[in-house]
Amino acid sequence: MKSSLSHWVRAGAVCCLLLGPALSPALAGTVKVGAIFAVTGPASFLGGPEARTAALVVEKINKAGGIGGDTIQLIVKDSAGSTEKAVSFAKQLIEEEKVVAIIGPSTSGESMAVKKVAEDGQTTLISCAAADVIVNPVARYVFKTPQKDSFAAQMIFEEMRRLKIDTVALASGNDGFGKAGKEQLEKLAPAFGITVAASETYDSKATDLSALVAKLKANAAIQAVINWSVVPAQAIIAKNMRQAGWRVPLFQSHGFGNIEYVRAAGAAAEGIVFPCGRLLVVDALPAGHPQKALLGQYKSEYEAAYKEEASAFGGYAYDAMNMVAAAVRQAGNDRAKVRDAVEGLKNFPGVGGMFTFSPEDHNGLTIDSFAMMTVRDGQFVLYQGK
Amino acid sequence: MSLDLFLQYLFAGITYGSIYAIVAIGFNIIYNTTGIINFAQGEFVMLGGMIAISLLEYLPLGYAIAAAVLITMAIGALIEMLFIRWLESPSVLRMIIITIGISILLRESALHIWGESIRSLPYFYGNEITTFNLGSVHISPQVVWVIVACAVMMAGLSVFFRSTPIGREMRACAANRTAALLCGINTRNMVTLSFMLSAGIGALAGCVMSPITYTQYDSGTSLAIKGFTVAILGGLGNSLAAVAAGILLGIIEAFSVSVVPLAFQDAIAIAILLLILFVKPHGIFGSSEAARLKDF
Amino acid sequence: MRTPRKNISLAALCLVTVGLHLLTAATGTQYYLTQLTMAAYYGLVVIGLGVLMGYAGQISIGHAGFFAIGGYLAAALTTRNLEPFRDAPLVRGLDSLGLLAAGQDIYGAALLTVTPWAACLLAVSLAGLVALVIGVPVLKLRGHYLAMATLGFGTIVYRIFLASPYFGEADGIAEVPAFPLLPALGGFGPVVVSGGAEHRVLNFYVAWGVLILGMALLLNLIGSRVGRALRSLHSSEEAAEASGIATARCKLQVFVLSAVYAALAGVLLTHFNGGIGPSEASVMKSVRYVALVAVGGMTNLWGTLIMGVGLTFLSLRGVFGAHDDVVFGAILIAVMLFTPEGMLSLRLKEWARRLIPGARS
Repeated sequence: MKSSLSHWVRAGAVCCLLLGPALSPALAGTVKVGAIFAVTGPASFLGGPEARTAALVVEKINKAGGIGGDTIQLIVKDSAGSTEKAVSFAKQLIEEEKVVAIIGPSTSGESMAVKKVAEDGQTTLISCAAADVIVNPVARYVFKTPQKDSFAAQMIFEEMRRLKIDTVALASGNDGFGKAGKEQLEKLAPAFGITVAASETYDSKATDLSALVAKLKANAAIQAVINWSVVPAQAIIAKNMRQAGWRVPLFQSHGFGNIEYVRAAGAAAEGIVFPCGRLLVVDALPAGHPQKALLGQYKSEYEAAYKEEASAFGGYAYDAMNMVAAAVRQAGNDRAKVRDAVEGLKNFPGVGGMFTFSPEDHNGLTIDSFAMMTVRDGQFVLYQGK
Repeated sequence: MSLDLFLQYLFAGITYGSIYAIVAIGFNIIYNTTGIINFAQGEFVMLGGMIAISLLEYLPLGYAIAAAVLITMAIGALIEMLFIRWLESPSVLRMIIITIGISILLRESALHIWGESIRSLPYFYGNEITTFNLGSVHISPQVVWVIVACAVMMAGLSVFFRSTPIGREMRACAANRTAALLCGINTRNMVTLSFMLSAGIGALAGCVMSPITYTQYDSGTSLAIKGFTVAILGGLGNSLAAVAAGILLGIIEAFSVSVVPLAFQDAIAIAILLLILFVKPHGIFGSSEAARLKDF
Repeated sequence: MRTPRKNISLAALCLVTVGLHLLTAATGTQYYLTQLTMAAYYGLVVIGLGVLMGYAGQISIGHAGFFAIGGYLAAALTTRNLEPFRDAPLVRGLDSLGLLAAGQDIYGAALLTVTPWAACLLAVSLAGLVALVIGVPVLKLRGHYLAMATLGFGTIVYRIFLASPYFGEADGIAEVPAFPLLPALGGFGPVVVSGGAEHRVLNFYVAWGVLILGMALLLNLIGSRVGRALRSLHSSEEAAEASGIATARCKLQVFVLSAVYAALAGVLLTHFNGGIGPSEASVMKSVRYVALVAVGGMTNLWGTLIMGVGLTFLSLRGVFGAHDDVVFGAILIAVMLFTPEGMLSLRLKEWARRLIPGARS
């Protein structure tokens, strides 16, 4: 080895340190908010809309004069859906950027990994992942905006009871969303007198599920299928079921709340029943509905800015960002007070529903935040029962 | 297992298998003329689908697909000229890394151009729920399209390589590059041509399978891994063997669903492949002499 | 002159380690140490793989699998409760050997887990064993077939972790406890591998200490008889075989060693991060390790170390934002096109020598 090597070692190390973003002390009049989203990588269909929505919200607040004259600086970190990056970024945001709160991460695995970092760093974390375990048991600094999986499972099972369905098959994606849903479904089914005859997990990159459909169809006892995922497989399973000539009802999760999947499944999407937040059916809401104005506003702003339909995923970040803004408006640029202010939010209108947090409930939503929907003529409509 | 169920699994397996096979054929064409595996092959498939979907706004389906194939072929040629052509006898590992780099760049550019949302071409015939009934087995017409495309490609390639002067020159180049050079064949152009050809085949595959599998910016990666697996399993360089291996893999995958949980499907399928590879180290249909010629 | 030069370089690396700490302390930027610690563990994987690829000439697109075996086993053994199985003979046996630790979970329920030391040893030796078992058939393959087999191995490991409820499926395993390496001794406090801010400096030195030790071991290996055998193997396997070198055994030994490096890095990083997720086992991760070795220079262990740690550090800090993969891909292509011997290839050093008068060759 050459002795000049050590020069290079040193030079390289110094370069590394210099290349990092220069240390920017909190400027007077700036409130720093961190965001960890899976903008790229396998969970990008969550992180992408989330990051775009958060940027939109911040831009709007800043245009309107910021919070009491202070502008919000949103620092978005792309975790690409990987745990180790999320942990690294959370530490960076808390210790180095000294953010007042963090929104995200997009997936439940990352959220669980980051939970302890947020607790240790005493910084509010508002997760945009669905799994119940993130806020159950309650951690002091950790909140989440998506509706609980257990509510969605309950609504599906209630509808099944009305339809006199008692034996079902579960299919779920092998990502955090699918895993959390599968757990809730399996846990709650006995309470509704429903038998889970088969439970299968497919790859979230699955491109065809006809073999799985053939296997499930061969079991004549199965009266309905519940599919739980956020990936394109939601459209694929619908297609494969109809292609196989299998006519049992297909229920999906709130992950289906994205018009893209309806388009992808085409004729096969007709009649799929799923619970979701009311963003998808905003036009059908009665005029006095407390969320109507807000939903309409988010939808039109997002669609004008990005030329794509707003989905429930972006809504998670919309609520998280607005909660942080509301808390800062109330408590100032102070981590401890912001946490208390978030926990104190009552009847806060969001895309996901009306949030009412308490020390025992860091999700803040009730089962009423969901409505059952279905697909008719390629559009989402409120489900009226069969 | 009832006969119906058996047939359903079989057809599901053939569907997967033909998709893998078309990707593997692309691998083999470049491997034959250059001795390298182009890990960006999956991205050609993705690009073909994406470009055709974008062009569909302006052109009817047939023309959109044709244009997408031509554009992807041009991209393939461009990539070869930019990154590969001027390298003097690069080592295989170097080529692997470069093609991995190219695949990352293509994938991320696709993310920035088309976003993370899924797209698809419409079904060529009928729609999402149309099926033919073969006895009690239901088959989507698009599956037939995929199988036919696979067969036509195989036939076309075999005619091209055997009966056209360019095809014969490419084969000469594959058999012995130095000798081909001495015979006055411009081997560099042959390499460019092989990239164009495999990009075109990848793009066509991407279009035909798009209605079934959908197209997303990162759908190339998993296809490339499957295609690579199939190409290796058949024995590198042998396209007919790749088709057989592809269908074998597809059928293993489909039938494995009936015995193990779907979540372990890939693990099982690949474990079986590894076992085959340990017994037949140069693929099921490969011979050790042929492999020795192209070892690194 | 080989030995002293090697020692000088290692001493320089020690100085750099201390220098980095002092630099961050002086500029009040100690939080850089968090990512430097993580990068050092990834560096350990990359140098292990570097010897396998550069000196034994064997590509492995499955090393994330070994990292994950280490990390996941350590995480599962130290978090999964054995209390319900307290009366099983195996658990009782482990307990009587002092390998189990009792504690309480967040609800206050009794928790019985394997101690981190026992878990670490078990995880690393299992990874070594797996490498030994699959190494025998896999290393008989060559070229693209070898690449495929290692890729297949990595995929199988990934799928198993992703599909097993015991390993947390897609969520991975969180709330992994700290790893007490050494008890408090004399004036020194205990040495703990943990991500807490209070242990940051300590963990930085632990990680870089492990990295330096790992590097020293590999440099010795390369300089030894085995190393010479390895090099001859890389240039021509037939010639090496003919001159009486047991090529298969050499390759296998290096394969197992590099797997152990990866698994150890996995164990320590998992305790440092407090968790592990399936992304650590993915094929893309394996590809990244291979690429880092290539960028550093295949037969240049120092280059591999510097590029491995440096690029990982930048990536973990999110310097490239959503373009992380793009930048990485571009670096890969650029290095392979223009300096196939790695970014720190001979030419650069010659330039440096010309620039720095007095530096001897």
